[in-house]
Amino acid sequence: MSGADVVIINSGGANLASLRFALERLGARSEVSADPHVVSAAPRLLLPGVGAAADAMARLRAAGLIDAIRALQQPLLGICLGMQLLYERSEEGAAPCLGLLEGEVQRISPAAGRPVPHMGWNTCKLQRPDPLLAGLGDGDHFYFLHSYAAPATERSSATVDYGAPLCAVSARGNFHGVQFHPERSGPAGARVLRNFLEL
Amino acid sequence: MRDGQVVKGVRFRDHRVVGDILELARRYRDAGADELVFYDITASPEGRSVDRAWVGAVARLLDIPFCVAGGIGSVADAEAVLAAGADKVSVNSPALQRPELIDELARRFGTQCVVVGIDSMAADGDYRAQLNTGDATRSRDSGRASFDWMSEAQQRGAGEIVLNCMAADGVRAGYDIEQLRSARTLCTVPLVASGGAGSAEHFAAAFNDAGVDAALAASVFHSAQLDITTLKSYLRSQGVEVRT
Repeated sequence: MSGADVVIINSGGANLASLRFALERLGARSEVSADPHVVSAAPRLLLPGVGAAADAMARLRAAGLIDAIRALQQPLLGICLGMQLLYERSEEGAAPCLGLLEGEVQRISPAAGRPVPHMGWNTCKLQRPDPLLAGLGDGDHFYFLHSYAAPATERSSATVDYGAPLCAVSARGNFHGVQFHPERSGPAGARVLRNFLEL
Repeated sequence: MRDGQVVKGVRFRDHRVVGDILELARRYRDAGADELVFYDITASPEGRSVDRAWVGAVARLLDIPFCVAGGIGSVADAEAVLAAGADKVSVNSPALQRPELIDELARRFGTQCVVVGIDSMAADGDYRAQLNTGDATRSRDSGRASFDWMSEAQQRGAGEIVLNCMAADGVRAGYDIEQLRSARTLCTVPLVASGGAGSAEHFAAAFNDAGVDAALAASVFHSAQLDITTLKSYLRSQGVEVRT
């Protein structure tokens, strides 16, 4: 280990730099890795992702990361596609996922005034206490950029209304997920990342 | 963008330097801009990809999304820009010249990363998509009607359309509401109005009369004619939901 505060799991997504910079702005040291040993030994982890669920799962599998991620006891935060990978499966490419959160990720249905991809700033409704959302409220805006999402359930810590209620924040034990991009969500997003670093 | 500086022209001509890239990025971030778009306007006319040295510096600075445009003609070009920290890439001339580029980018990065910019000009009773608009001497008609191209781009995987109405660009006399409204009926992905913003009322019209999802502007902000806080509180008073 190199003394990083956070290990960013390299799932092959192209946008790891923006996460690294967001952590840097918070004074946290990060390391990008796809090495199962580094992942297992990390104090906490981020699972980002851009692209399709099936491709990202294939890359995690090829790197031998599936079991390593499932066995983690330390805090992990999945971001956007990374959150979707935590669910049981995704409609996108009919991909079986990590199964760490209950439910299935589905394509968002477009509606009048609700084009897909869902791209832009939205407020969330806080549904249940979650340390990740400490200091944040229903008026805070977060930046979303996605075509798939898990439906809102009673397990959702926060939901976003986009035609239908979608899960914006969820957690089960040490596994956390946010559908929005905290690294691109201004001060509100920085607060989410800071809360995660303090878990 | 040109040679490391931010420039702005009128109707895509006579560009003037308006400031340093990072300085402007910081200024707009602090002022409450919701997203920034960087156009490397001479990249396509000069046949090169966007110069990436500044992309990482911008990514380090910004905590809001940003999109990079200019000469992105391959998956590798896009990958470099996204790896440096950009959230989206916007393609225009290279996609007109090789439409499969949109499919390739969408397959590799997801449609949400892929913006297609259309520089549209009225001609012969139709709207026509223009090529290489960053250089007035090489700018020309692409041979395609703007709306046909917009529909094809969506089918190929465009996740967002920026419709730049060229006749309105830099003139600050208002967005081309009629053209945007027609585009809206054909556009099922987010539609961004571009070209012509000169006042807060112009933004409100784009949202409320043309039904766009976002409004892009340059001159009106670069000249400090309108500040973003004032604009947002006006839009809120007009029933447009905006980030506080």
